[in-house]
Amino acid sequence: MKRASFSNLWMPVLLLLPQVSIIFVFFYWPAFEALKSSFYLQDPFGFSGTFVGLDNYFTLFQNAEYLRISLFTLVFTVCVTFFSLALGLLFAVKADKVIRGASTYKTLLMWVYAVAPPVAGILGVSLFYQGHGLITQLFAFFGHEFVIGVNYYDTGFALIAVSIWKQVPINFIFFLSGLQSVPRSIREAAMIDNRSSSRRFWTITFPLLAPTAFFLLITNITYAMFDTFGVIDVMLRSEPGNNPMTLTYKVYVDGFRGGDLGGSSAQSVILMILVLALTIFQFRLIERRIHYT
Amino acid sequence: MATVSLKTLQKIYPNGFQAVHGADIEIADGEFIVLVGPSGCGKSTLLRMIAGLEEITSGDLLIGDRQVNDLDPADRDIAMVFQNYALYPHMTVYNNMAYGLRNRKISKENIDKSVREAASLLNLAEYLDRRPSQLSGGQRQRVAMGRAIVREPALFLFDEPLSNLDAKLRNQMRIEIRKLQRQLGTTSIYVTHDQVEAMTMADRIVVLNAGNIEQIGTPDEIYHRPASVFVASFMGAPAMNMMEGKLASGGIEIEGVGLLKSDHKLDANSNVSVGVRPEKVKLTTKANGITQPFIHDFTEELGAARLVHGRLGNKPFVVNLHQEDEVPQGELYATLSPDTLHIFDTETGKRLR
Ligand SMILES: Nc1ncnc2c1ncn2[C@@H]1O[C@H](COP(=O)(O)OP(=O)(O)OP(=O)(O)O)[C@@H](O)[C@H]1O
Ligand SMILES: [Mg+2]
Repeated sequence: MKRASFSNLWMPVLLLLPQVSIIFVFFYWPAFEALKSSFYLQDPFGFSGTFVGLDNYFTLFQNAEYLRISLFTLVFTVCVTFFSLALGLLFAVKADKVIRGASTYKTLLMWVYAVAPPVAGILGVSLFYQGHGLITQLFAFFGHEFVIGVNYYDTGFALIAVSIWKQVPINFIFFLSGLQSVPRSIREAAMIDNRSSSRRFWTITFPLLAPTAFFLLITNITYAMFDTFGVIDVMLRSEPGNNPMTLTYKVYVDGFRGGDLGGSSAQSVILMILVLALTIFQFRLIERRIHYT
Repeated sequence: MATVSLKTLQKIYPNGFQAVHGADIEIADGEFIVLVGPSGCGKSTLLRMIAGLEEITSGDLLIGDRQVNDLDPADRDIAMVFQNYALYPHMTVYNNMAYGLRNRKISKENIDKSVREAASLLNLAEYLDRRPSQLSGGQRQRVAMGRAIVREPALFLFDEPLSNLDAKLRNQMRIEIRKLQRQLGTTSIYVTHDQVEAMTMADRIVVLNAGNIEQIGTPDEIYHRPASVFVASFMGAPAMNMMEGKLASGGIEIEGVGLLKSDHKLDANSNVSVGVRPEKVKLTTKANGITQPFIHDFTEELGAARLVHGRLGNKPFVVNLHQEDEVPQGELYATLSPDTLHIFDTETGKRLR
């Protein structure tokens, strides 16, 4: 990259100012406010607060419900990430083999990506709707009465399923373009070297997709933890009750519904630390990532 | 090691385009066959059909005495070297070479032995731990060769393996590949559009034109007795001088030039094309029975030779002189001795004499 040099120090500062001020107003300032209020016990209306140090954090870690939600978030994130990656990859491999009608197939798979999360949530609710949702009926056929919003596991299942469904298309697009950038001659050389197409996939094609897969892994973890908010909110119909939810949704529930600003802030600080860890992990690995070509 | 035979092999692509029109080639055990022809003539298609990467539309393909038409590429006992090498970018040189062996359930010790042998044969021993991206073009080319030879296949297939290298390296690798092939004695089919590679490497050359085989022959036959106008003008640089004419008694009448003496025994009056290799022509200042007046336009100095460009009558004509032969001063005549004339039927393009 070309390095520009400025004789006047004010020029670069001026150019950076819009960006920096946006980051400051929308990120650093709220983050700092959250950090600060996580050390206070606030009255529900936020007019006054008492400094309580790390008490909000201690309370959280002793709270059985918080721990249960953490566990659910873990299961949720692992399931959503794993299955949406696996399905995206599976569809991409199939689409890559299709020659005729490929574009129709691709479009069909991709349009889901254009669905907004709350809309996806509404579609999810209708699929899992008590009594006559399509999937509810399917479960009934197998003898299970599926009751979303009442049965903890049923609700969890529905949340995970809809979140996966929403994320598959983007994984599909990335994997497909990754697959199509594997040179034809490399696949052909592998065909001569290896009879089994499944072993060819795992020893040649998949390693060549690894950079894409890694990028998607991080994106999907972030999605599962934070961007599923809309889906969850609609599917729980804003009635969290005893239902499973993710840590991100819990921040909202405690802070805005429960009025516990201190506890909610402590939770969001914990999430910030998680994001930070994820980012560091990502940069570390990207730095060390093997550049094949 | 094996014989290979192609029996009226045809390729029609799904879009209906016929890329190969019935190829018949019998290849002896250990032979080095070169497929040449202009771009798009079907060389790669033919090679890829032999490799199993492209379906055979009709005809028979035998490697050894097995019919392999419907076998997977991995089961045909072949190895292929690709133009862009097609090395596995995520594997070390060692693993690139070992990969094909591992999938054939060969013991670890034997794999290791084969890979190290191939590596030392190709001077790759010190690069075994590198990835392809850490190698030069020539080294990658060698790894691609290594990947082919460790498998000890019955047949090597090469698709323009040297065309990504610079001229000097190309000459060097050309000699190395040929040496290696002689040493191993493996039957090989080599695709190129470089006629120097074709002439220097081949036991026999197959000249392809628009999906048809024009001629199969030793480099000597191809050069000195081209079977058609196409072969005559495709092989040889500078290209053979070609003139249209009519057979007459005692020679060929070329319009605007005159009678070229020839002792052909062919029926008079049919239309023919006459070819003369530029290096078979001498320039003199004295006319005799077998000379034609030559109008000198300009000369290209090539170092070892000089190309004298001019005209016979109104037809462009090139003479290739050895560096020691100066272009004579004064009125020039080109000596066209009867035994250097190639005569082809104008209609069919086939050789008459
Ligand atoms: N998949 C395909 N579908 C239809 N036609 C094809 C296909 N692949 C190749 N062809 C056509 O078949 C002909 C032969 O192609 P091929 O690749 O064998 O040429 P080639 O002799 O190897 O040329 P080059 O020297 O440029 O590599 C070409 O006219 C090409 O356009
Ligand atoms: Mg080709």
